[in-house]
Amino acid sequence: MSLLDVTGLSKRYGPQIALEGVDLTVPARSRTAIVGPSGSGKTTLLRIIAGFDAPDAGRVTLNGQVLADGPLIAPAHLRGIGYVPQDGALFPHLNVAENIGFGIEAGDPERDQRVSELMEMVELDRAMLRRRPHELSGGQQQRVALARALARRPALMLLDEPFSALDTGLREAVRKSVMRVLSQAGITAIMVTHDQAEALSFADQVAVLRGGRLMQVGAPGVLYWQPKDRETALFLGDATMLEAQLGEGFVDCALGRIPAETGARRGPGEIMLRPEQISLSPAATGPQETAACHGEVEEVEFGGALCAITVGVGFEEARIRVLVRSPGRDLPLPGARVRLSVHGGAHILER
Amino acid sequence: MSVQAQPLRAYAVIATQPLRLRRVRQLAAKSLFGLAALVSLVTLLPLGFILWITLQTGWETASALIFRPRVGELLVNTALLEVLTLPPCIVLAVALAWLTERSDVPGARLWSWLAVAPLAIPAFVQSYAWVGVAPGMHGLFAAVFVSVLAYLPFLYLPVAAQLRHLDPAMEDAAASLGLAPWRVFLRVVLPQLRIALCGGSLLIGLHLLAEYGLYAMIRFDTFTTAIVDQFQSSYNGPAANMLAGVLVLSCLGLLGLELLIRGDARYARVGSGAPRPASRRSLGRARGIAVLLPLTLSGLALGVPAYALGRWLIAGGSEIWQARELAAAFGETLFYAVGGALATTLAAIPMAWLSVRAPGRLQRVLEGCHYYVGALPGVVVALALVTITVRVALPLYQTVATVLLAYGLMFLPRALVGLRAGIAQVPVELERAAIALGRRPVGAILSVTMRLAAPGVAACMALVAMGVTTELTATLMLAPNGTRTLATEFWALTNELDYAAAAPYAALMIALSLPLTALLHAQSRRVAGQ
Repeated sequence: MSLLDVTGLSKRYGPQIALEGVDLTVPARSRTAIVGPSGSGKTTLLRIIAGFDAPDAGRVTLNGQVLADGPLIAPAHLRGIGYVPQDGALFPHLNVAENIGFGIEAGDPERDQRVSELMEMVELDRAMLRRRPHELSGGQQQRVALARALARRPALMLLDEPFSALDTGLREAVRKSVMRVLSQAGITAIMVTHDQAEALSFADQVAVLRGGRLMQVGAPGVLYWQPKDRETALFLGDATMLEAQLGEGFVDCALGRIPAETGARRGPGEIMLRPEQISLSPAATGPQETAACHGEVEEVEFGGALCAITVGVGFEEARIRVLVRSPGRDLPLPGARVRLSVHGGAHILER
Repeated sequence: MSVQAQPLRAYAVIATQPLRLRRVRQLAAKSLFGLAALVSLVTLLPLGFILWITLQTGWETASALIFRPRVGELLVNTALLEVLTLPPCIVLAVALAWLTERSDVPGARLWSWLAVAPLAIPAFVQSYAWVGVAPGMHGLFAAVFVSVLAYLPFLYLPVAAQLRHLDPAMEDAAASLGLAPWRVFLRVVLPQLRIALCGGSLLIGLHLLAEYGLYAMIRFDTFTTAIVDQFQSSYNGPAANMLAGVLVLSCLGLLGLELLIRGDARYARVGSGAPRPASRRSLGRARGIAVLLPLTLSGLALGVPAYALGRWLIAGGSEIWQARELAAAFGETLFYAVGGALATTLAAIPMAWLSVRAPGRLQRVLEGCHYYVGALPGVVVALALVTITVRVALPLYQTVATVLLAYGLMFLPRALVGLRAGIAQVPVELERAAIALGRRPVGAILSVTMRLAAPGVAACMALVAMGVTTELTATLMLAPNGTRTLATEFWALTNELDYAAAAPYAALMIALSLPLTALLHAQSRRVAGQ
């Protein structure tokens, strides 16, 4: 059952289009990531859901309750939607306990107990209760911000790039604990981010936003392996795009014949391969090898666990460059001839 | 660590009945714009008065009053004062700021305090001290000399702040490009001080135009002293009004000149990350000589007034401490200071809020009105209010309300700058977070934004209060009969040449102004992130 429904949402700032005809359905108890480059309208979408901004057109409903219908909106403070801003936005004049208790009604007898429960929930040491925000690390600040928003037991939690201010190592740990807290409390979450890796690992459902339009929505695996278009494919990770001829259950391209779900499509098309689908082996000679695809190593970029190797493949007079990821051991040298083999099927992009 | 799952209960505050949808009303923003526009209209009163009175006087009378040798004489006096005071101020301020901020001169911290401290001494007290020490002082060069001592901090403060703020990486880059140290200073450091130099010079230039007490004391005629003399002999005669018109033109000319020189230059640091604190240059054997500069300046600007004041206080003995009169003047000053600070801050709130939260073309125009009025001399504001109350609203003539209005107009920029900074340092995200936690928008503003802006607001109210404490010209011209503030009482006693009796009043004014000086010094340090 869906918790949040967004239909036909549009918003402009003067001549600037921020959102155009956005439809999004968020199932209850799920995690959705809205991902897109900066200026794609993702923060505007979040602000409209939170009630800080009114759309020009479109509807937002939460649990059947209409929150926005065109420029008519329900006030933000009555929506019961949790909000964790980018850098936590802790109130600097209040200590940790007062920050977490900010949303709990004054005079609630359970207030102190709720605060310590919440501290425990986000794995914060009780000793920090009396600390001021500036005495906390970035990760601790984000945990306090999360606890503060959880205090009101919201049905929906909005997270605006919550991990972007954290160091890479810390980011992953905080993300994991946030995911666990949210799923244990059974709270539906929407996170906005420009980091595609973060979106893919955080969410059950990823929505790609570009230029104010929703390009594609789906499970992370589906979006990664079956993007609709080139931009989405490249936004979610490295990819090699190749011109191909579509046949029945296969495509013919510079790398030879590769299985693919061609459906009813035939003739010329464009396919996408992820670098991890291609593996390299030393070129060998022999009768069965002439059919295999060979290329010449152009560039090797050492990267530790995974190294990026660019291979030039000759195809119909042209030279096509293919990106391959390979473990750091036994790397070929630039100029070496290698054999390329493709694992799994190719994905055909929509035109 | 085991974590218990929380049962999910709907929180009681969240409405169970359907929420009513409303159009987002811009009522709050509109009414704020209305209030700011109202304040802006009031700020246009002095300028409107000048235009109105010129039209009413008629061209023939006006030109007869303006184009006469006396006005030419005043114009030459004022221009000479500006031209002779500003260059030494600039040179001394840059040298002093460099010594205290970027060199290893002994006691740099102390000198930087002492360089700001003359602000605590009202300009007319500074000249009173010098006349006491050297009774023969008068004329142009005495005026330039005392002006430099009294107003140097206005340039020192921004230049020192800017020097502290400069990214030393730029100087390193210049040195690596083959520039000798003194050329690095000329080609890299000095150009970046341009905005600070322009701003500080403008401030001093406007003070030179507006100051009455300092020049009256050493008998040097400027437009302002001439207007006050005219006013005291013939009230709001057309002669005084026309002189005020020329004075306003001079002020506007100065503003335009500063705008022209400053251009649209903006020197921001390109790139991210905090700049590393600048290193201090070792003076080597010149340390002993270098310390003479701050020593001499402090001796002249602080030592001489302290000596003169101390001498009068001792000479006067216990007789001059008329407890009842002093207390009365102190109380009255405090009343005006607090009232002026409250009125000015309240008037500045709508504009400050809009400047931070709703910037735009209309906001810039309104804000320009708020700022320009601070550049007008007190004598012009007072003259305008006298004429307007006498002709249009007689019951308001010589009332406390009119005096407070004058203070409000004169100190509006001070309040606005402080308030704006106070509000701007509270990110709007905090307010949103409070709203998402169930606070009503007004409640969020009061419990978060206003709470966090409070120290800034208090600081700017203190600045206005201190300004009022040492204000002389407008208070003399507007205050109800029988008003005795520290400044007016001091002035009355020095006019009777009873310098000893005036000394306690001067001492009290300085005591009240010292916190202002400390505040300004601390603020300029904080802006630079130290």
